[in-house]
Amino acid sequence: MSAPILSVDDLVVSVARTVDIVRGVSFDIAPGEILGLVGESGCGKSMTSLAAMGLLPPALAVSRGSIRLGETDVTRLAPHERVEQGCGRIAMVFQEPMTSLNPVLRIGDQIEEAIRVHDPDVVPAERARELLDLVRIPDAEHQLSAFPHELSGGMRQRVMIAIALACRPSVLIADEPTTALDVTVQRQVLGLIRELCDTLDMGVLFITHDLGVVAQLADRVAVMYAGGLVETGDVVPLFGQPLHPYTAGLMGCLPDPESDDPLLATIPGSAPRPGGVPDGCPFAPRCPRVQDVCRRGVVPVIHTETGQAARCHFPLNREVAP
Amino acid sequence: MGRYIIRRTGAAIATLIAASIVIFAFIHLIPGDPVYVMLGDGATPEQVAALRQRLGLDEPVIAQYFIWAGNALQGDLGQSVFFETPVTQVIADGAETSILLALITMVWIIAFGIPVGVLAAIRQGKWVDQGLSGLAMLLASVPTFWVGLYLILIFAVGLGWFPSSGYPSIFEEGGLSNLRYLVLPSLALAAPNAALILRLTRASMLDVSREDYVRTARAKGIRPSRVVVRHILRNALLAVVSAFGFTFAALISEAVVTETVFALPGVGRTVVQSILRRDYPVIQGVILIIVCLYLVINLLVDLSYRMLDPRVELE
Repeated sequence: MSAPILSVDDLVVSVARTVDIVRGVSFDIAPGEILGLVGESGCGKSMTSLAAMGLLPPALAVSRGSIRLGETDVTRLAPHERVEQGCGRIAMVFQEPMTSLNPVLRIGDQIEEAIRVHDPDVVPAERARELLDLVRIPDAEHQLSAFPHELSGGMRQRVMIAIALACRPSVLIADEPTTALDVTVQRQVLGLIRELCDTLDMGVLFITHDLGVVAQLADRVAVMYAGGLVETGDVVPLFGQPLHPYTAGLMGCLPDPESDDPLLATIPGSAPRPGGVPDGCPFAPRCPRVQDVCRRGVVPVIHTETGQAARCHFPLNREVAP
Repeated sequence: MGRYIIRRTGAAIATLIAASIVIFAFIHLIPGDPVYVMLGDGATPEQVAALRQRLGLDEPVIAQYFIWAGNALQGDLGQSVFFETPVTQVIADGAETSILLALITMVWIIAFGIPVGVLAAIRQGKWVDQGLSGLAMLLASVPTFWVGLYLILIFAVGLGWFPSSGYPSIFEEGGLSNLRYLVLPSLALAAPNAALILRLTRASMLDVSREDYVRTARAKGIRPSRVVVRHILRNALLAVVSAFGFTFAALISEAVVTETVFALPGVGRTVVQSILRRDYPVIQGVILIIVCLYLVINLLVDLSYRMLDPRVELE
């Protein structure tokens, strides 16, 4: 495996330096690799990605850990500071294509704005047309002069991807980029991301709560719960033999077409809120395999030969005596 | 665009016709006989008959309206009872003062309200913002005449920088330097309105800065100043521009007070004096012209809104 292009190490993001939203998250992404970051709403996925972008909202700050792009530490740098310092490049596609484009500026202007910052030597209009071709927007010439409200959701998300690519990123963060799109468009956009990742050798951090999308798209998966990672691993072994009971629980929630049970499975209870995360394993109150030891101290990380890792005393699918 | 202008103009004309009926009816709302009210108790029967005929009050009401409206369309708003001159002449005499006062006031409002609103928004929660927002609150709360009186007290009586009252035309001796007579009145008139625009700009900037597309702009790595001007301010101004129509309406009523405080020979003071003199043709004429101006300005605001925001469809 080649050197990681994005390394997040022991990242802690807090509100007003007191309540931790993200609690010690670490992962690496290699060029050409898609890492799927999975978890329920509110588990800290988006804040992790915004911290990596340097776009945390004013009330939040990185209080510990580091974010490195290639060799450069960019932990507390805003995007324009990264440009000024000539750091490695990271770009982001957001969840909501309908509101992520400026309604009063033409598509072309919005793409060219990013080109001028990151690619000062090219002709912006030409490069913008190339980018629209690259993200498969038909009739690029015409669309450059369109306003966002004249495009469909899928087209807008392609424009967002074009804007991200205009930054010539070595890492692309995609924060639930297909959640707001209908299923056929969703497939097209996912296919496009996979293809761009391969052809441009970008690393991709793909954030979603949709396990189906991850299984289809990602090379590796990181499962997040209550602000921390509970399990990481390559996509096939992780979904084949999940170690952490939370991962297994999430998979158990997927509808099974062959089941006779009319009810969807759920994980009982609800995730702890930031600031109310219990000692020990945060999943302990909801875990079917919980023992007394789970409720206190630091839970060890166990590793398998296949490169899977989980933070659990009593992992599944392992011959470890409970 | 052309069809939109035609439709909006049609709507404006309909409003104008409705307003003209109200303005016309106004003379008939006077309790008793308007002619006696205007001439006073000591009028002779000949004077009464003459005025009644001149005002057309001996015709049927419907006919009176069409005669009055028809004349108004031709630029004839009737005769002033007090001055014995055409109403248009009376209004034209005050127009220079009022138009210049309004223009200078708008310059203050725009030059102060918008940039300071932007500054307060950028420094949200810092002492600059708190100071400016507090000042805006104060200015928006105090009445225009009170601000006017204090401006006179400080800058005219105390420091002697500006004249306290009156306004000789810029076409008379002194030329453009006569504009100094309008500095204090325009500041008094601008204060509450600039404060409103400031607060609106600030609030609108803060709203827009939370939009997803502002985050997209930041993510591109462009300079923060560019994010503010091109992405936040550009969208925040949409709300501010639509407020200018209302600001104009506020200016009209406050100008009446300001012109009185500063003894300016403007249309506002003419209205006040005409009311005291029961010079109904002048009052009707001024109101009709203000309605026209108001309609034109709101039409312009709507059109500029259309140009600023591509999402506003022409249907």
